[in-house]
Amino acid sequence: MRYLVSVIDDKSNPGSTDGQPAISEFNERLIAEGYWVFAGGLADTDAATVVDNRGEQAVFTDGPFVESKEYLAGVWVWEAPDLDVALRLAAEASKVCDRKIEVRPFQ
Amino acid sequence: MSDLDVEKAITRAHHEEWARVVATLARRFGDLDVAEEAAAEAFATAVERWPADGVPANPGGWLTTTANRRAIDRLRRESKREDKQKEAQMLSDDDPPEPLGAIDDDRLRLIFTCCHPALAMETRVALTLRLVAGLTVPEIARAFLVQEAAMGQRITRAKAKIKAARIPYRVPSADDLPARVSGVLAVLFLVFNEGYLATGPDTDPVRHDLTAEAIRLTRLIRALLPDDGEVAGLLALMLLTEARRPARLAAGELVPLDEQDRGAWDDALIAEGHRLVRERLAAAAAGEAPGRYQILAAINAVHTSARDIRDTDWSQILALYDRLTRVDPSPIVALNRAIAVAELDGADVALAAVDRLEPTLAGYHAFHVTRADLLRRLGRSADARAAYDRAVELAGNTAETAYLTRRRDQLR
Repeated sequence: MRYLVSVIDDKSNPGSTDGQPAISEFNERLIAEGYWVFAGGLADTDAATVVDNRGEQAVFTDGPFVESKEYLAGVWVWEAPDLDVALRLAAEASKVCDRKIEVRPFQ
Repeated sequence: MSDLDVEKAITRAHHEEWARVVATLARRFGDLDVAEEAAAEAFATAVERWPADGVPANPGGWLTTTANRRAIDRLRRESKREDKQKEAQMLSDDDPPEPLGAIDDDRLRLIFTCCHPALAMETRVALTLRLVAGLTVPEIARAFLVQEAAMGQRITRAKAKIKAARIPYRVPSADDLPARVSGVLAVLFLVFNEGYLATGPDTDPVRHDLTAEAIRLTRLIRALLPDDGEVAGLLALMLLTEARRPARLAAGELVPLDEQDRGAWDDALIAEGHRLVRERLAAAAAGEAPGRYQILAAINAVHTSARDIRDTDWSQILALYDRLTRVDPSPIVALNRAIAVAELDGADVALAAVDRLEPTLAGYHAFHVTRADLLRRLGRSADARAAYDRAVELAGNTAETAYLTRRRDQLR
């Protein structure tokens, strides 16, 4: 089962930024234990562009989350046998990232 | 066999076999929805057939076989049969169970799945009552004053989440077990408390159906996990509380512990509760640290040992509250501890302790109930009246409101 694991940050109370060594170590373990599919940190929401081409021509705007307090700071994709395993890993992920984590299954 | 006997046999089978039928089918078909529907159909078939054909020798076996056939029929009817079977394989746990001794029972898997920490508390309660206790959706909706459609939707969504997020159908590993058992016990305690002090203007003040259901489920867990001290503790706590139910209401008013007719208490339940508490005291003496339910049960054992309120051993109750505070340092425990303090050191000492809890408990009706009573005992009538007013405003139980209102009016 694949899970999208989203790292949620809070602009008014951001998580610490000095966790990189711990995150790298955690990633190494995800790879070694066969859970790791993909991971990536994201640039600021200011850098996002929304494209809407449902009308006659494409319209470009700033991202929808520029004003919101909580936003997506990065993602993992994990392969895990069930939600218990994913939640156990997510609890560790939340510690090493110092941020909230959303675990959501792919269809 | 008379119709009445058949009816009784069906009720008994429902109590004894419902969870087992759902749990067996859930594992076989890997789908809670299929299991629930097939179990409900099997019981409906029993209601139809048993009066004419007689009650089968092995009602549980008959119900499981019938439910099994219904489930297969349903899966055949559905065109996506292959997908279903794939899903079944995905969800079911074919690995040998964790080495946990003799506790591998499908019903345990079912309970742990219904009480999974990834589900919201109210969802866990609803799922447990539906899938483990076998209450109908309208019954559960009534119990929690929710619209039937909304309750149905909550249960449907929960089943969908279990499937989509792949919440496993298994007994947690030994490492996770204590935390997960405590999650299950929290669900059962909540059901019990809602029965013992029901909330809402349109419900009976004491809901025996809910307290009985909570006790029945806790007995089931106790049978499945006989060595778990907190399970024994919660069962004892429920039994010793339920034992006082006959004396808890008079003329539509809640009767507080110190005013109850102790002769009306249920001796059999008290004896059973005391046996469990003694069992846990022996374990504690052997070095097993008791958890909060065991300590709460011990406190209730002290109360139920006094055949007259004046015989209550308050110093032992206070010692138990001190112990409970170390396990669970919550303001609610501190509030209840203050009631014992009032008996030993006086209402003024207790009031000072209660007043310190105001910042955290100002919105909790029992805080104002306790305060009002202490103020009344200190002769501060105007302050007591104000506290009763606040308590009446916040209380959700009709019988408690009636009692508090009378108490307040006596102070005028």
